[in-house]
Amino acid sequence: MTSTDQQPFLSVRDLKVHFSTEDGIVKAVDGLSFDLLKGKTLGIVGESGSGKSVTNLAILGLHDRDRTAIEGEVVLDDKELLTASERELERLRGNKMSMIFQDALASLSPYHTIGKQISETYRKHTGASKSQARARAIEMLRRVGIPQPEVRVDDYPHQFSGGMRQRAMIAMALVCDPELLIADEPTTALDVTVQAQIMDLLKDLQQEFGTAIIFITHDLGVIADIADDVLVMYGGRCVERGTKKEVLRSPQHPYTLGLLSSMPSLDHPVDVPLNPIPGSPPSLLNPPTGCRFHPRCTFAEKVEGGLCSTEQPPLEVTNGRGSACHLTADQRAEYFSDLAGSAAN
Amino acid sequence: MFRFLVRRVTGALVILLIISAITFWLFYAVPRDPAMMSCGKNCTPENLAQIRKNLGIDHSIPVQYWYWLKGVFAGRDYAGYGYCDAPCFGYSFANNVPVFDTIMDRLPTTLSLAFGAAAVFLVLGVGAGMLAALKQGKFLDKAASSASLLGSSLQIYFVGYIAMYYFVAQLGWLDQPSWTPFTDDPVAWFSGLLLPWLVLAIIFTANYTRMTRSQLVEQLSEDYVRTARAKGLSRANVFFRFAWRGAMGPIVTVFGIDLGTLIGGAIITEQTFSLPGIGRLAVKSVDQSDLPMLLGVTILAAGAIVFFNIIVDAVYALIDPRIRLA
Repeated sequence: MTSTDQQPFLSVRDLKVHFSTEDGIVKAVDGLSFDLLKGKTLGIVGESGSGKSVTNLAILGLHDRDRTAIEGEVVLDDKELLTASERELERLRGNKMSMIFQDALASLSPYHTIGKQISETYRKHTGASKSQARARAIEMLRRVGIPQPEVRVDDYPHQFSGGMRQRAMIAMALVCDPELLIADEPTTALDVTVQAQIMDLLKDLQQEFGTAIIFITHDLGVIADIADDVLVMYGGRCVERGTKKEVLRSPQHPYTLGLLSSMPSLDHPVDVPLNPIPGSPPSLLNPPTGCRFHPRCTFAEKVEGGLCSTEQPPLEVTNGRGSACHLTADQRAEYFSDLAGSAAN
Repeated sequence: MFRFLVRRVTGALVILLIISAITFWLFYAVPRDPAMMSCGKNCTPENLAQIRKNLGIDHSIPVQYWYWLKGVFAGRDYAGYGYCDAPCFGYSFANNVPVFDTIMDRLPTTLSLAFGAAAVFLVLGVGAGMLAALKQGKFLDKAASSASLLGSSLQIYFVGYIAMYYFVAQLGWLDQPSWTPFTDDPVAWFSGLLLPWLVLAIIFTANYTRMTRSQLVEQLSEDYVRTARAKGLSRANVFFRFAWRGAMGPIVTVFGIDLGTLIGGAIITEQTFSLPGIGRLAVKSVDQSDLPMLLGVTILAAGAIVFFNIIVDAVYALIDPRIRLA
């Protein structure tokens, strides 16, 4: 997004993911676009249910096809993914694009050894022999920092600690040197020191292989650490995007601002309560009219003519920077100036 | 795995010992005097005392149990009735035969009935359940679910007689249920048991269909199944090697219990189809107040359940490495 001369490796255009449920149609993702360059990291931020994970499952084609309607375009390295056959997707998954899931204990098979789970991915995509694949699995485990990998390769996931499981998961996702890695809150369940190690590991691997990473999180601290660009999602839509510095230092959307000012920081006075965003995330079954954030927005009445509750603000993007809000640039400059900026350090 | 099995088997033996002691005590606490029954019409007190002595029931119950237990390992001489070889599980005074011999005589019928039916209902039930899980919410799923609801609400003595009426008497498609030892004539063995197998299968299949379907539906929505798909593994591979692996555990458990129960005596089935198995032996022994025989059958039934429990535990440990204890 920052340099326009390079062809994007992953390009998502106007992606819509709708589920039909008994109660009606859930618009989990409703018109999302972004680009990702090789070797870059896009951080996707948002509350639970904002459509972050659904977006990425749809990119991999892992949604329930019977109950999901998908529109838009997802192009990975000149290959359209949404219309690709299951067989083509199987060739790409785990190979060219792979995913690290949040809960490694639940996401690794309890019935197969770590080594088996890593090597079967490798064998599937490279046709390597059993012993080659095993050697590769040991090598991957060593690379992600598992001690004694030649022994631990035969362990089951329940014999690993939480941090080691997440590392094994990363080893599994990276075994075929994928060009696109989607990490869905890979560090959320881990304690902070392990989290830092995992982040460093991902950064190292990205430097080594030039992998493009989509990093999904609700933790702005993590975003500040790893992302190049940031996309903020709310109610299945992108409300703001830009470089990490732009979004974290000078947010242009009240929701981003709310997220930033609800974060505790070291210089935050202990006796002043944190400042959460009021209300709760919108129902995607029956989303609010107009701007989906307006029921929770403290600035909604500042916009003339009640526009916020009647009209969806368009996302206007120039040079990869944009936000979807009815406030004028002057209003934002006035209201936001004293609140933002703490997280970008 | 070996230590795991040793521990389980040892535990099972202890359980069997306790079951036999309790059963023994219960049965002999019943105020029915076997000596009186064996004594006949012209019974004098002297005769009665002699018979009691011969039967070994002139001792207290713990001592009798000790003799009984000793007989299991060393054999036992019932003076005036005959010698009962080890393993001696008692002597049927009503029929003048060792209990063990009669049970061994009846067991092939019950085993044939149980294993034959189990093979049918396991294959049909699991197969239908898998199809239903693959076609969730579609016609096939609904058909399988409705059929299984219908099947599970039927009773053997109802389906059994109807099936015999139509398929044997009216249409003549199947043979009248009967027992021929496999070693005598395999074809007659098969045709004589086919109807009982199918009828038992109708009733049991339903349970396995529903269980397989619900287990698979649950497993298919597990995170690790999604991960396997995200690695690029094919649907079929993920279905059988991941989801089915996870779904197997509860099915194996119920299957073990069902097999144990069937071998302990499918009383209603054997009665319905007039098959001379353990179940009918139990009914007959109750009629005759043949306590030693009933004790033997009870212990066999308990033994079958305990045995299949060990098998289930071992299979479970093979399926799920988290169960394996060091």
